[in-house]
Amino acid sequence: MGEAALKERVKKGMHTEQKIVEGQWGCTERIKRLRELSVHGSMPSISMERAVLMTEAYQKYEGTCSSPVLRGKAFYYLMAHRTLYLEKGSLIVGEKGDRPWAAPTFPELCCHTMKDFDNMNNRERVFFKVTEQDKQIQRDVIIPYWQDRAMMARMNALLPEEWKKLFAAGMYTEFLQQRGPGHTVADGKIYEKGYGDFLAEIQNQIDSLDYNHDLQALQKREEWEGMKLVCKGMILLGKRYAALARSMAESATDLQWKKDLLDIAVTCDIVPEHKPQTFRQAVQMYWFTHIGVTSEMNNWDAYSPGKFDQYLEPFYEKDMSDGRLNYESAKEILEALWIQFNNQPAPPKVGITLKESATYTDFCNLNTGALRPDGTSGVSDVSYLILEVMDEMRLLQPSSNVQISQKSPEIFLRKALEISRKGWGQPAFYNSEAIIQELMYLGKSLDDARSSGIASGCVEAGTAGKEAYVLTGYLNIPKVLELVLNRGYDAYTGAFVGVDTGDPLTFASYDEVWQAFLKELNYVVDVKIAGNNIIERLYMENMPVPLLSVITDDCILKGLDYNAGGARYNTSYIQCVGIATITDSLAAIKKNVFENKRFTMAELWNACKSDFSGYDEIFHIVSQETPKYGNDDEYADTILHQVDLALQKTIAGRKTPKGSRTVVEFLPTTCHVYFGQVMEASPNGRHAHISLPDGISPEKGADISGPTAVIKSCSKLEQLKTGGALLNQKFTPSVVAGQRGIDCLAALVRSYFTMDGHHIQFNIIDKETLLDAQKHPEQYENLIVRVAGYSDYFNNLDKALQDEIINRTEQTFS
Amino acid sequence: MIEPQGTPLVFNIQKFSIHDGPGIRTTIFFKGCPLSCPWCHNPESQGFETEMIRQANGRMDKVGNTYSVAELVKKAAQDVIFYDRSGGGVTLSGGEVMAQNIEYITALTQQLQKKGIHVGIDTSGAVPFLRFEKILPYTDFFLYDVKVFDKKKHIQYMRIDNSEILGNLKRLSLSGAVLYLRLILIDGVNTDQEKDILPLLNWLKREHIQVEKIHLLPYHTLGKDKYMGLGKTPVLFRVPETDVLQKIARIFQEAGYNTIIGG
Repeated sequence: MGEAALKERVKKGMHTEQKIVEGQWGCTERIKRLRELSVHGSMPSISMERAVLMTEAYQKYEGTCSSPVLRGKAFYYLMAHRTLYLEKGSLIVGEKGDRPWAAPTFPELCCHTMKDFDNMNNRERVFFKVTEQDKQIQRDVIIPYWQDRAMMARMNALLPEEWKKLFAAGMYTEFLQQRGPGHTVADGKIYEKGYGDFLAEIQNQIDSLDYNHDLQALQKREEWEGMKLVCKGMILLGKRYAALARSMAESATDLQWKKDLLDIAVTCDIVPEHKPQTFRQAVQMYWFTHIGVTSEMNNWDAYSPGKFDQYLEPFYEKDMSDGRLNYESAKEILEALWIQFNNQPAPPKVGITLKESATYTDFCNLNTGALRPDGTSGVSDVSYLILEVMDEMRLLQPSSNVQISQKSPEIFLRKALEISRKGWGQPAFYNSEAIIQELMYLGKSLDDARSSGIASGCVEAGTAGKEAYVLTGYLNIPKVLELVLNRGYDAYTGAFVGVDTGDPLTFASYDEVWQAFLKELNYVVDVKIAGNNIIERLYMENMPVPLLSVITDDCILKGLDYNAGGARYNTSYIQCVGIATITDSLAAIKKNVFENKRFTMAELWNACKSDFSGYDEIFHIVSQETPKYGNDDEYADTILHQVDLALQKTIAGRKTPKGSRTVVEFLPTTCHVYFGQVMEASPNGRHAHISLPDGISPEKGADISGPTAVIKSCSKLEQLKTGGALLNQKFTPSVVAGQRGIDCLAALVRSYFTMDGHHIQFNIIDKETLLDAQKHPEQYENLIVRVAGYSDYFNNLDKALQDEIINRTEQTFS
Repeated sequence: MIEPQGTPLVFNIQKFSIHDGPGIRTTIFFKGCPLSCPWCHNPESQGFETEMIRQANGRMDKVGNTYSVAELVKKAAQDVIFYDRSGGGVTLSGGEVMAQNIEYITALTQQLQKKGIHVGIDTSGAVPFLRFEKILPYTDFFLYDVKVFDKKKHIQYMRIDNSEILGNLKRLSLSGAVLYLRLILIDGVNTDQEKDILPLLNWLKREHIQVEKIHLLPYHTLGKDKYMGLGKTPVLFRVPETDVLQKIARIFQEAGYNTIIGG
């Protein structure tokens, strides 16, 4: 794709993945300009600089030192030689690449082929511009050095054949092929210590090593030497920015910009070497750390500020009382940070990794309004400030959420709902009490769960600053049943990938179906986890992340890397997708084949094989006359619970090489689309290759009893035993309009959370969706719209009224 | 009226009802009504017997199911957590709930109240007051429809006069019931200030009818397809203009009544 075509897309905002609302966003002219640049004025592109510098560093040091020291040296080399970018008007500085919206690559993990580069440049969505020069560097410098060294290549050489077969069949995905382990969140330590303090702390550890009695002494020393190097690299980054700002200030003619540059220099004199002293320094401290962590490795879900409002609160209050800050200037600093977040697209993904996460979003996630360490409500002035910033910025990144507890002031919930119902997707709502119980279920202390309990990434529960909680891949649950029905044969790849659990056409009872499902599930999970263990070991030995280790308890204390089990808590998540489809499919078999005998296994098998074509009656029975998940229906929800328990029993609690424990989670990102594509028709009437439902949402069109029934069904999953479950609820703007709308949403959130729901977010339906609902009414049976003084299901309305509502919906949005 | 026996027919149970009284509610729609308003938007709710309706997709569906009191209570109790959090509950509607087997309805309201569920009755009041007396102890509020105030015009459209309807409203008010008055406004039928609105207002004042709120519900043509699905011919009326609605709202508001447009 040519330059002009790419520019046209940027102008249209195609890279923002959201509806561009025309208008001026931001509290000052400075912010409005920076935001405009971020949203319309920047080209998503590849930045080769990191790859080149890392290659130089590896060529220089590889083989001369241990892997932690090698990673430390390479990080320092990167900080010493990388381009520093300073946009006019900036308040917060630091980019992952050499300019905004330029994504560095990480060839030590995934060495892109030339075809990958073409694909990134040419694809319709989530594209990255690749220049001829970029390609030349990749071909001549990067590929020759990394193609056999990259983690992905080494993994592929080690992973067993059965793993590859199931992977190709879309039975699961693998998170650590193209990106590093992560989903990690900052706690409060970077506001209490600078990298100079960390350095001194680490030096103390080295100085007190006892090589006679501590038999791990050298290993620890190597880890600490690596950590020292990254601390020095971080300090250098700050110093270089301070120097750059001063030298630019000397030649600056614009007086305001000159002053801005000197302010930047003063800020960077302090952080990240020293602990921050002001609100602005605290924000810059976070951002330098963010840039450091995401330059060291492209870990999944970047890095997140966690309970940002709580960490900033003391700085905010002190600066306010000292007269250094006012509400507007605090807001301007935060809005400048928001723009920095938005300027960093997720690392370019290809292949199945792209399918499972097709987005520029890097899931940096703020938790606003969470509980304090003593268990009281943490809602403060800064929390409300963050809500305002979120609303005023309306950016793809950062993903903002609120934590709601029983102690949250009602007004906080309502203010968050008022923003949420504007329909651009933020904030999401998390349940503080559930997060704490989830963490404690996994053995974390009450103190750690309360002080650091956060949700990050999509919805994952974790302990900020104290835990490596690593997503290892999505698991396609309904496809397990498909393998059972096909005796291990996969139509998508045309190969036998599973185990033969017997001829399903001869199954004489539902229990036989169920036992076969359990057997197949166990096989698939065994293969997936065997792969996980191989990959984890490779990371333990070859890919230390000393910077992430410095800021994650207790890596310094233990002298052990974050990727090798150094964190206080270690968790491996497997994200299960399609819980609704499997529940409804099993219900369809149980009810219709074995209880009511309305058709046989053979007939159902044939119906699925032919995508229900010529099987209208069976299709009607399974889609219209069978109990379905999402309706607070005891029959379906009992099956749901059985599946839930089976997943827990099969997946949870397994030990991994670094001492992690596996945990079940229910979230899809965009993987439900891919998992649907690789499947034939399902026994519940889901057509072949059609997307699975997202998260724990019911199958499309299956939930016909309204949102309260959906919420009740979802709460029957034992969410407290998971690392999180994602629930999307859709409404049209008019249903949630007015005071009444907020009252209802608040009651839905509070009710769901009382029933231990982990997460809920509201999607407000737009015109396009309603048009689609007119075309495909069967997929929108639960869509409620406000008509005239009342609400009704969209499908209940005649065409003319639907048209009227479609027109009105558009008006509500404008 | 002939006393209906046995288990009444239900034609719909709608959870997450947010316009049939306060909070999040479950509305249970009973089938059968003594009135047959020509503008009724639920024509399938009028007859007391089950009937078949042709859906948009051509399939024939049966309208009307029976449930035991216990079954309905169980169904309604599924959403107690939402009622509790929102100040909602259950609304019994129709058709005309008050024209059903009153022993059944009384037992239902009683059982719901026992479960701590807030109960509302949506009625147009065309039944003997005795029936209201039975359920009054177990009912938290009434959504009370007044279709047309003028007696002659009422006979013209509904084929019966409205003295029982107005009398029941007065007696409910005297008994201290919580009343929400609902006026379905149809252009050319009941929206004339001098002939329709002011006489009603004056009567309300004169009789000291105590209402919590007046809801003005504009007529809509939503029921059109349902008439055809039942093999009936819909009679179409005109939807009132927004400014007419606003003017009527103002008249009631100025007379001291809390009045809103919508449910």
